[in-house]
Amino acid sequence: MLKIENLSVSYGSRSVLANVSLEVNSGEVLALIGPNGAGKSTLVRAASGVVPVEAGAVRTNGDDLLSLPPLQRARFLAVVPQAASLPPAFSVWETVLLGRTPYLNFLGQVSAKDEEISRSALAKVDVLELASRRVGELSGGEQQRVLLARALAQSTPILLLDEPTTNLDLHYQIGFLETVRTLAHADGLAVLIALHDLNLAAHYADRIALLVGGKIKAAGMPRQVLTPELISEAYHLPVRVVQHPFADVPLVLPEK
Amino acid sequence: MSRRILPYLWTLLFLALAALLSVAIGSVFIPLADLWRVLTGQPPQTVSAAATIIFELRLPRTVLVLLTGAALSGSGAAYQGLFRNPLADPYLIGVASGAGLGAILAMSVHWPYSFWGLMAVPAAAFVGALLTVFIVYSLARLGKTVPTTNLILAGVAFSSFATAVTSFLMLRSTGELRRAIAWMLGGASQAGWGPVLSILPYLAIGLGILLLNGHALNLLQFGDDQAQQLGLHVTRTRTLLLVAASLATAAAVSFSGTIGFVGLIVPHIMRLWFGADYRRLLPLSLIAGAGTLLLADVLARSVLAPQELPVGIVTAIAGAPFFLWVLRRAKNQGYW
Repeated sequence: MLKIENLSVSYGSRSVLANVSLEVNSGEVLALIGPNGAGKSTLVRAASGVVPVEAGAVRTNGDDLLSLPPLQRARFLAVVPQAASLPPAFSVWETVLLGRTPYLNFLGQVSAKDEEISRSALAKVDVLELASRRVGELSGGEQQRVLLARALAQSTPILLLDEPTTNLDLHYQIGFLETVRTLAHADGLAVLIALHDLNLAAHYADRIALLVGGKIKAAGMPRQVLTPELISEAYHLPVRVVQHPFADVPLVLPEK
Repeated sequence: MSRRILPYLWTLLFLALAALLSVAIGSVFIPLADLWRVLTGQPPQTVSAAATIIFELRLPRTVLVLLTGAALSGSGAAYQGLFRNPLADPYLIGVASGAGLGAILAMSVHWPYSFWGLMAVPAAAFVGALLTVFIVYSLARLGKTVPTTNLILAGVAFSSFATAVTSFLMLRSTGELRRAIAWMLGGASQAGWGPVLSILPYLAIGLGILLLNGHALNLLQFGDDQAQQLGLHVTRTRTLLLVAASLATAAAVSFSGTIGFVGLIVPHIMRLWFGADYRRLLPLSLIAGAGTLLLADVLARSVLAPQELPVGIVTAIAGAPFFLWVLRRAKNQGYW
């Protein structure tokens, strides 16, 4: 369970997030949508403790994660970053093993159990056969899946994903989001995923939150948030929302 | 299992051979048989002169060069990891320029020929190196964080300043000019175990800390954000590693001068052959760096015997073409 309470973040005097509150239940996928500059990445980074917050808390079952040291926090919260630059010389196996850091001693000594968990994470994301390959040799989609495997190896109840499908083609986008949704539902993870594609959000999220100018404009079921009024206002673009032809989700279409 | 041990065996063998060469070769010819007798503690009267040469001169010098090479390569590997930059070397944030300035300032005073007099230049170099790192670090700091770019820029800026002052001082006191240049290229050769004992504590602490933080360096390769999200206290770790690497480098430089290229090249070769995992890269760089500098020192002593070439010249001549090769290689290969 993830509870973001009144989170406020500023870069200097400029307010980037103002009093943001969100709740993600275990086994639920919450998609965070909003225009560029709304603060989606900042929210993910602030919640994971990378960006200092002015006010607010990030709770899971009581503990404020932001007050914990990084090692403790990393046992609750794992992040799949956006199109991250990975050091090309590391192998997939070494990269995913690093996900076990919160449970290793400071020398980084790995036990058989850590290897078991890492292997299982690789299998869940279907990248086990890539284990010995160097990260630099992989395609963007494969790299993104490796990052997801690493986050899963961290064995956390909460998963944050920052626009993980940005550089992926359609095949990889769908595959990735399918995997995330299946894992969330099967393993009871609380998943917060920042997405820029509204229709993918409608399709793969259980709930959606719309972030505009650092504030939550709306949160709820896809149908409640993906309305012509809210979306047109947020994106400064007239849109029409129709029923998806073969899925029970709304479909957002620009009205041009 | 043997795949993990093999790199250590190779590098240790290399180091052993280089050390043997270093002790065996010098301006006085000592037959190998005698050398062996001395080293294994069989001192008949006839080899006592050889024993003196070996134990009072060559062995301490070998150990000093060994430690210096280890310190420069270990710090170099750590700096490359900290800054995520293949062009980083131990002098990146000003150790060399600070040490040079300290040394030249000390050289412009005529110290008495005593223990403390002999320690003046190395001590000044050591202090100068550490002071520079401290100043650069303070200049680069932004609140609680020290952005990498700021560190590099501040290091470059301050180094230019320190080098300018050093050059000015050198030109002013032409009597010391040659001595200063010689120091910068390879230190002032001091006999005996004094230098080794002086730098040993700093090397032990500095390199010890680095060796224990291989895992942390691995995490840092993924960027500060990811490292923190995986559980590393990034700012604290970076500062610790920076201090440790700078301490080891400053100690090495104080007696050996600012020898270049070893700290840059050796980690790259180790990375190329044995992989980028810093838990292995650091100890292997230490061992290989020790052996490499020993070889360079042997060459420096033998090429123009009985005259001694400064070690820095040998490393630069060998290093420059290699440096260019690394630049070309780093772009296509995924070894970084």
